[in-house]
Amino acid sequence: MSDIIRLADLKKAYDTDAGPVPVLKGLGLSIAPGEFVTIMGPSGSGKSTLMNILGCLDTPTAGEYWLDGQNVASLNEDQLAEVRSRVLGFVFQGFNLLPRIDLKANVALPLVYQSVAKAKRLERAVAVLERVGLARQVDSLPPKISGGQQQRVAIARALVTQPRVILADEPTGNLDTTTGQEIMTLFQDINKESGVTMIVVTHDAKVAHYARRLVYLRDGIITYDGPTAEFQESQA
Amino acid sequence: MTLWLSMLGEALQAMSANKLRTFLTALGIIIGVGAVVLMVALGQGTQSAVTKSISALGSNLLIIRSGSPQQGGFRSGAGGLPTLTTGDALALQELTSLKAVSPVIQQGAQLVYGPNNWGTQVVGSTDAYLDIRDWTLQSGRSFTDTEMNSGMRVAILGQTVAEQLFGNADPIDQSVRIHKSPYQVIGVLAPKGQSMDGRDQDDTVIIPLVTAQRQLVGTRFKGTVSIIMAKANSAQQLASGEAQITDLLHQRHRIAEGVDNDFSVTNMASIASTMAQVTGMLSILLGSIAGISLFVGGIGIMNIMMVSVTERTREIGIRMAIGASRKTVLLQFLLEAVIITTTGGLIGILIGIGLALGVQRFGGISVAITPQPILLAFGVSTLVGLFFGLYPARKASRLKPIEALRYQ
Repeated sequence: MSDIIRLADLKKAYDTDAGPVPVLKGLGLSIAPGEFVTIMGPSGSGKSTLMNILGCLDTPTAGEYWLDGQNVASLNEDQLAEVRSRVLGFVFQGFNLLPRIDLKANVALPLVYQSVAKAKRLERAVAVLERVGLARQVDSLPPKISGGQQQRVAIARALVTQPRVILADEPTGNLDTTTGQEIMTLFQDINKESGVTMIVVTHDAKVAHYARRLVYLRDGIITYDGPTAEFQESQA
Repeated sequence: MTLWLSMLGEALQAMSANKLRTFLTALGIIIGVGAVVLMVALGQGTQSAVTKSISALGSNLLIIRSGSPQQGGFRSGAGGLPTLTTGDALALQELTSLKAVSPVIQQGAQLVYGPNNWGTQVVGSTDAYLDIRDWTLQSGRSFTDTEMNSGMRVAILGQTVAEQLFGNADPIDQSVRIHKSPYQVIGVLAPKGQSMDGRDQDDTVIIPLVTAQRQLVGTRFKGTVSIIMAKANSAQQLASGEAQITDLLHQRHRIAEGVDNDFSVTNMASIASTMAQVTGMLSILLGSIAGISLFVGGIGIMNIMMVSVTERTREIGIRMAIGASRKTVLLQFLLEAVIITTTGGLIGILIGIGLALGVQRFGGISVAITPQPILLAFGVSTLVGLFFGLYPARKASRLKPIEALRYQ
């Protein structure tokens, strides 16, 4: 099994007062290590739910989810936290930095949960901040820097643990076009340099073109999975 | 270990991010612990002051008073009739549980030395009296057997009497007049200070019993004494001593069944223990009032921690997304609560001790600062942090990451 991610008949339904509402209706998906994939779909298609499950923030109702050789669908909360810490890195639309601590402390935060000593944490955090082009701002507080810079910090935070997979949820959603392009270029570069598997959820077709592969979701079913270049909206 | 240190760092950092709120939260604990330390110091100080003044009367002391005999429906009060005799005292000396027995006559009299005179209570007794009352001699000596048996006119002065008559001069071997007769001063008692009821215990003169019987009380009730004082061998033998005395005097006074005793035995230890109980209650009362304020401080902690968890829901979500387990979130919030309470506790202890010393110095009230209540207050404040911090910390750790991340 060489796939880093493999979904088999993955289902997710939410319990409501009116009974269970199915959101994901049996997904099958394989992603090889080092791939750069975007997941697209209209709102309500279930892409956020899929993102949460891929990110081990939520568990599927049925089916299998193999991540790095482990079926995480059967893990409990604490084991999921361990997987999030060791295997995954997150980049959010709203950056989600802690506003009261400086950039290097923000980037070093995931290492706290890996029991890395403080000096080592900060050393690694500063190194990653340099990689994303923020060497001079390591002591700034998040609210003092621009949105694009904040997203770079968030990417640095995702990278600092050297994860197998980075998940980005609408990473350009809060940014202007130019800055969004810069962020996507950064993702591309990191993907090429380190071979980390990159999964970006977006509704923006322009963003999708940075990835070679595209997965299109509609009404809880994958309707397209192939090269981004060959995808046309009408096909889906 | 690194995880604990890191969580400690995270907790400290979260606390320093909101210094005023952290301080106000800790204030509840500071006041609570401070109050406990101060109140217990006050209570224990009072307790030891009372115990000291009771034991100044003499330790393991039993006092036998002539009682209230019934004569045709007329009952005089205690000491109303002189029913106790020197013979009773001699007989009591044979009792196994008693270490010393001393018959006592008390009579007010005027003392004169040169141009000075002073009215005081003259005690006629034996040399055993000094031992029973725990009197020590500052200078001079006690009575000899000859002086006691033949009723010689010698006197031992209390500190107050010596000062009033002699000032700074040495009274030993001087002659004072008591009730018109001259007495040679053979000793001066060491000062004892005020008794529990505020009387000056040093305002006294002791002369041999026989001398007192002959010179002071006259021959109206020959051979009788006002009270008999006895010292038990130990605190454990006080009760048996009391029983033996009652039995013996019951026989000697030929008191029929169903008739009131014409004497009474007072166990000073039981009075002391009653007083100790009262002051102990005072300590508990003060301590529990302070304890309530500590409890209220704990609720304050819980309140703030709950608000903090709600306010930081999103932060908790972020932490969980980047790898924090429920255990580490719990640890962080619990450590926050415990750090606040232990720091507050330490500050409270210092303030409590400071106030107690201030009260002692400027209020003139004796305080006792002992390590136990301080350690207890500190331990309780830590437990308060754990107890009241646990629920909010659990609430934080049970948050679902996606819901916490969505929280605005």
